[in-house]
Amino acid sequence: MQAAFRQIATSGRSLGAFIAVLGVLLAGGAWAFYQMEHFGHIVTGMNNQIVWGLPHVFAVFLIVAASGALNIASIGSVFGKSEYKPFAPLSGLLALALLLGGLTILLLDLGRPDRLVVAMTHFNFKSIFAWNMFLYTGFIAIVAAYLWTSLVREGARWNQAAGFLAFGWRILLTTGTGSIFGFLVAREAFDSAIYAPLFIALSLAYGMAIFLIVLVVVVRATGETVSAAMMSRLRRLLVVFIVAGLWFVAALHLTNLYMTRHHGIERFILLDGGVITVIFWLGQVALGSLLPIALLTLPRARDSTRATMLAAGLVILGGLAQMYVTIIGGQAYPQALFPGYAETSSFFDGVVHQYQPSAYELLLGVGGIAVAVAILTAGLRLFRFAPYRLPAD
Amino acid sequence: MTTPDTVEAPPMDVPADADMPMDKNTSRRAFIGITASALAGVMIAPGIRLIEIAAAKPVEQAVSPAVRWGMLIDTAKCASGCTDCVTACNTENGLSGGVKETDSQWIRKLDIKNLQTGRIASMPMMCQHCADPPCVDVCPTGASFKRADGIVLVDSHICIGCRYCVVACPYKARSFVHEPISGQKPNVPRGKGCVEGCTLCVQRIDRDEKPACAEACKAAGHEAILFGDLNDPDSEIARRGAKVATQQVRGDLRLNTGVRYEGL
Repeated sequence: MQAAFRQIATSGRSLGAFIAVLGVLLAGGAWAFYQMEHFGHIVTGMNNQIVWGLPHVFAVFLIVAASGALNIASIGSVFGKSEYKPFAPLSGLLALALLLGGLTILLLDLGRPDRLVVAMTHFNFKSIFAWNMFLYTGFIAIVAAYLWTSLVREGARWNQAAGFLAFGWRILLTTGTGSIFGFLVAREAFDSAIYAPLFIALSLAYGMAIFLIVLVVVVRATGETVSAAMMSRLRRLLVVFIVAGLWFVAALHLTNLYMTRHHGIERFILLDGGVITVIFWLGQVALGSLLPIALLTLPRARDSTRATMLAAGLVILGGLAQMYVTIIGGQAYPQALFPGYAETSSFFDGVVHQYQPSAYELLLGVGGIAVAVAILTAGLRLFRFAPYRLPAD
Repeated sequence: MTTPDTVEAPPMDVPADADMPMDKNTSRRAFIGITASALAGVMIAPGIRLIEIAAAKPVEQAVSPAVRWGMLIDTAKCASGCTDCVTACNTENGLSGGVKETDSQWIRKLDIKNLQTGRIASMPMMCQHCADPPCVDVCPTGASFKRADGIVLVDSHICIGCRYCVVACPYKARSFVHEPISGQKPNVPRGKGCVEGCTLCVQRIDRDEKPACAEACKAAGHEAILFGDLNDPDSEIARRGAKVATQQVRGDLRLNTGVRYEGL
């Protein structure tokens, strides 16, 4: 069956209220950016030990989720499951929106965001950040082309090819994101090639969770119904993706635990890292992984859309927790210049580094999410991205 | 790659059409060109003269890769509690000397204690000027670069403030400027939103002087910091390196640091 698409026609008070809330969040992000740009990063909780803070947590989460949001489109075009085709444009649009939201945060958190042109004209090709600039822009171009082939009649014959290209590129994109951490010899928490596949596995779960929430909201706004069979497939996929993510997290920690020299960092993350340990076990593992799995599989909950929404929301929360543990935890653990020695200095050698995120950082991070939601909303309102006349069971 | 191997003189500001062949139609343009070239010469010449007077290395002279600047720090001579090197660095480079978590510290005194034997040692810690610096590898724009003579620097003009180098440095040698700064030294450019670190006092080296920390340590009578050309077999630092056991911090990373330690 040929898939059909529509715009979202919602208008009136509810849309107005939605746009107003979005406007406030965007203004909050802009204000936070202005403060950071004007006064410097002194207004944040970041310092010379924790140089990447909450904005990076949000930004990396969104960028990882972006590639995962393309899952549904890939299942349709690459793996030939035609029942997913009606959701492909929404999946592509969501991927673009999330990436642009994440990149906005990343850019505005730079020490010199005014030097964007420098970043786009001076490249050190050994830098994974430099690769990522091409991976990001390439992703945007390829997904835009894929959307064109999905929605415009003349483009249809390129649809399959564009779908394959987008799938390959999203794997590369997340490999690049994971490699930001994977290639850092200086930090015990990083410096592991497993970060690339770990991030790919996590992206599947984050992207699917966000897609599920967006899908339910969109079909509610358009009066469409997703068949029970399709919802149940999406739920099962989310469970598989959460388990895959957990497996890689376990592999990362177990390999570290095998190596004596990494026992310190593992002890910090898993046992006595204070807030980091709590966020890992409670946020990432219990609330972000185990509870959603239960909500998506237990007989009484699994057929409830509300439980599915809750599970998807928890996966997002768990994702932010995971990024907090990875990014903040990885920097908070002291760097050993002399392994086996106690170190003291005026530059906080040998001590666990403290970090208290400021409201500006939160506002900037939430502002980035608002950018993603704004792009998504504008896309759905202006173009035919939403599924139309979905097949019943 | 944008990482320069040598630092060369900037191109002279000569109009693009100054060298064009002259014909009837372009004679007026050529006249303007020649006039502009002459004017440029007049404007640049005093600059060259000034540099000669200051006895600095002429800007035209590329930094030589035959030289590799480095330091050998004798921890046995370094006194715990003495911070003269830190103070000298702050004065030379216009740093505030503050020790808040957000303050820049280009050099710090590091005290270590062997957890098994209890032996203690004190030493200055700063950019180790690696031959294979991780900060240069990760820098997306090439702002982090290694000069031909081995000095690892940040080009403040193309640093975008991403802080990847801060995360990548095994020595915690980089600082991020968290707030506006004023009262900078004319030849030590710094700026809010950029990353910075020990330059080995490149402005002094280019005047054939030693880094401020090494001078201060000598003035204090410790002489724990020996500065020189690692590549010159006749230099004091090379001769001492050939005689005593020296160590690179985090030698396991094989970054081939320009700063070495003895007595650890």
